[in-house]
Amino acid sequence: DGRPKWDNKFQYILSCIGFAVGLGNVWRFPYLCQIHGGGSPASLPYRPLPPQEERIPLLHLELALGQCLRKGSIGAWNTISPYLGGVGVGSWMVSVLVSLYYNTVLTWVMWYFMNSFQEPLPWSVCPLNENRTGLNEECYESTAVNYFWYRKTLNVTPDVTESGTLQWWLILCLATCWAIVYLCTIRGIETTGKAIYVTAIFPYLVLTIFLIHGLTLPGAADGLAYLFTPNLNTLKNPRVWLDAATQIFFSLSLAFGGLIAFSSYNPPKNDCEKDAVTVAIVNSMTSLYASIPVFSVLGFKATTGYWDCLDRNIISIINEFDLPEESIMRQNYTAWISFLNSSYPEKTAGLKLKSCDLQEFLDQSVSGTGLAFIIFTQAVILMPGSQAWAILFFIMLFCLGLSSMFGNIEGVFTPLLELQIISKSIPKELLSGILCLICFIIALCFTLGSGSYWIDIFDSYAGSLPLLVIAFFEVIGVAYVYKIKRFSKDVKWMTGRKPNLYWQITWRFISPLLLLIVFVAFVSLQIQKPPTYAAWNPKYEDFPMKEEKVYPPWVLAICVLLAVLPCVFVPLVALFHLIKRTCRRKD
Amino acid sequence: VLLLTLSVVAVAHAELCKPDAQNAFKVRLSIKTALGDNAYVWDANEEYLFKAMVAFAMRRYSSKTTTQISNVLLCNVTDRVSFWFVVTDSSKNVTTVPGSEVEEAIRMNRNRINSAFLLSDKTLQFLKITSTLSPPVEPSTPVWLIIFGVVLCLIVAGIVFLIVSGIQQHKKKNKESTERENLEEKGEVTVTVENGIPCETLDLKAGHINGVFVADDERFTSL
Repeated sequence: DGRPKWDNKFQYILSCIGFAVGLGNVWRFPYLCQIHGGGSPASLPYRPLPPQEERIPLLHLELALGQCLRKGSIGAWNTISPYLGGVGVGSWMVSVLVSLYYNTVLTWVMWYFMNSFQEPLPWSVCPLNENRTGLNEECYESTAVNYFWYRKTLNVTPDVTESGTLQWWLILCLATCWAIVYLCTIRGIETTGKAIYVTAIFPYLVLTIFLIHGLTLPGAADGLAYLFTPNLNTLKNPRVWLDAATQIFFSLSLAFGGLIAFSSYNPPKNDCEKDAVTVAIVNSMTSLYASIPVFSVLGFKATTGYWDCLDRNIISIINEFDLPEESIMRQNYTAWISFLNSSYPEKTAGLKLKSCDLQEFLDQSVSGTGLAFIIFTQAVILMPGSQAWAILFFIMLFCLGLSSMFGNIEGVFTPLLELQIISKSIPKELLSGILCLICFIIALCFTLGSGSYWIDIFDSYAGSLPLLVIAFFEVIGVAYVYKIKRFSKDVKWMTGRKPNLYWQITWRFISPLLLLIVFVAFVSLQIQKPPTYAAWNPKYEDFPMKEEKVYPPWVLAICVLLAVLPCVFVPLVALFHLIKRTCRRKD
Repeated sequence: VLLLTLSVVAVAHAELCKPDAQNAFKVRLSIKTALGDNAYVWDANEEYLFKAMVAFAMRRYSSKTTTQISNVLLCNVTDRVSFWFVVTDSSKNVTTVPGSEVEEAIRMNRNRINSAFLLSDKTLQFLKITSTLSPPVEPSTPVWLIIFGVVLCLIVAGIVFLIVSGIQQHKKKNKESTERENLEEKGEVTVTVENGIPCETLDLKAGHINGVFVADDERFTSL
């Protein structure tokens, strides 16, 4: 019937997996494990024990919906019921917003990738100051890695209200990234289907290489032990469970409309139940699998930091007391310290030695972009052959992000193609080109000095709350408006068997309930304190610590707008149709 | 008398060279850190070499050949290997050369002094004398721009290729459909069509014969 289709089933599964497995699997999941002290509930639900009731049913629902109705998100929800058309528009809106900022994160990855070909790596040394007497002050006070990220890459302003200027190097990288996205999505799934073979499989290869290498690094065992020992105190904190639940939900890329778009290109008789379970399991396994090399490297970095701390103390002691070199080694450090403290207490105290604690180094955690661009880059410098490791790492991140971008773009592209607004004579290539160009121009505002603050805002407000709302209405819509009986019959026609009791119960009761709980908890936690952000301000007195600043009111208004805009379409469209019907009845 | 002068000189030297004395500098060496297994032991011969290097530096700086090795005094040598040194002025009576001159001389010849001991600025430290750091080597075009150029060329080539092949496919499809229309108009090839499907493609043999109508033939009496 003229609708494009996947070349084979494997392409389809790979695309869904690639969409679900994104940057969050590498840097949000290990962060959650780290801040909640290893063995946290973030990792517990990933272990096969408790089934993830809120997301596998949703995944199954979306895949079945797309396959059965063979339309993108807007068309599919319009078919279910015109009153629910707003759900489709909402997911389309979220996909647009996320596509805008997600590619900017890929821009940063590309910038680091292009800089990894230098010897020595540019983030390993501090540049000199103007009169060449010492190192650049901002770099010296923080670390070379921090300086490269905040100054050389982002050129970040100290405040979100100060926009700064457009950074030309970031514009070049942004153009490259959108060009790559255009190249891969130029003809829709015809081209992404070929590209996904590379972008979905390559990260696993690199993760395996890092796994093998990471396990051979010193200190890896400490990092892994930290990951797998549960901290029973943190398990009592409800915040921990909420973070875990939200992370699990967001990691599957539900409610974007991208999964509906992907499955709409399937042949109608296809086992979507098996597909859903496969994608969910692979996603969880990938998170766990990725956390092993990440934690080995983090353990290695903590151990090296600890050794550096010890070495610096040893040097100060040796210099002060004029002891011969290598008289104090790391092993007998504590013995020496106690001896010196007892014999020369004032002199030892005058040295102001930092206390070196391995646990403290392991506890230092950063999530998100910090994990990749600060912590990992620092660890890479310490490995022999750092260029190769850096290049591999950034290509892997790029592939992970690119395959998620495919899903986002399909979620925007497919409904657009089906809307009657666009005439059929416009070739697909032109349409995707226009889409990428518009997104590129809007995303230019993320290359400003304050761009990284805006990306955090978009990520926390546009990429979180609306998804919960839309997912909730998706489940309610199918369960109570379309009716589960009708839906089960459709699924039976597609897969050949009726969905069993587990699906019936979760679709009807458990998933909506869980979603509602998570939504309420999320909102209540957000409004408890005024939203703040951490700014990088070299003039701050506690520099290199980041300065906690409160968002000004106009920024808060934008945050609320971002969160509310996709959700507001749900009632708006329903209201619109209601008014239309009452008008028609009057006539 | 000889003994007296010697002792006077020794006392005078002790006066001039002591920790935190005026115009005295502390030196710290980290030989094991720099050379590892190839580290040499710091003994009187090394000290002699050091005195010689400082005298050499002073001679080069002030271009007068009056500084002797005996003008350089070392004291308080520790196991760390660190010591204090001071340069005396033999022309004036038992005084030391101003610290600024010594500093300039050392700074000018830092490289030579470092290489004499196989050490670097970090492992042969003159406390109080800062060294001008050499800037990191920077290539004329930043490397990342080169990589950017390569990547962009590849992508643009890919896009152009895909667009061109898309246009070609489009043209071929158009040509085929116009050809078919032309042939139909000319009437040369009448393609009989049944429900939009050309009859040739209908596999009449594969069709089912409806048993009802076959049986009905017998209802009519034969002529």
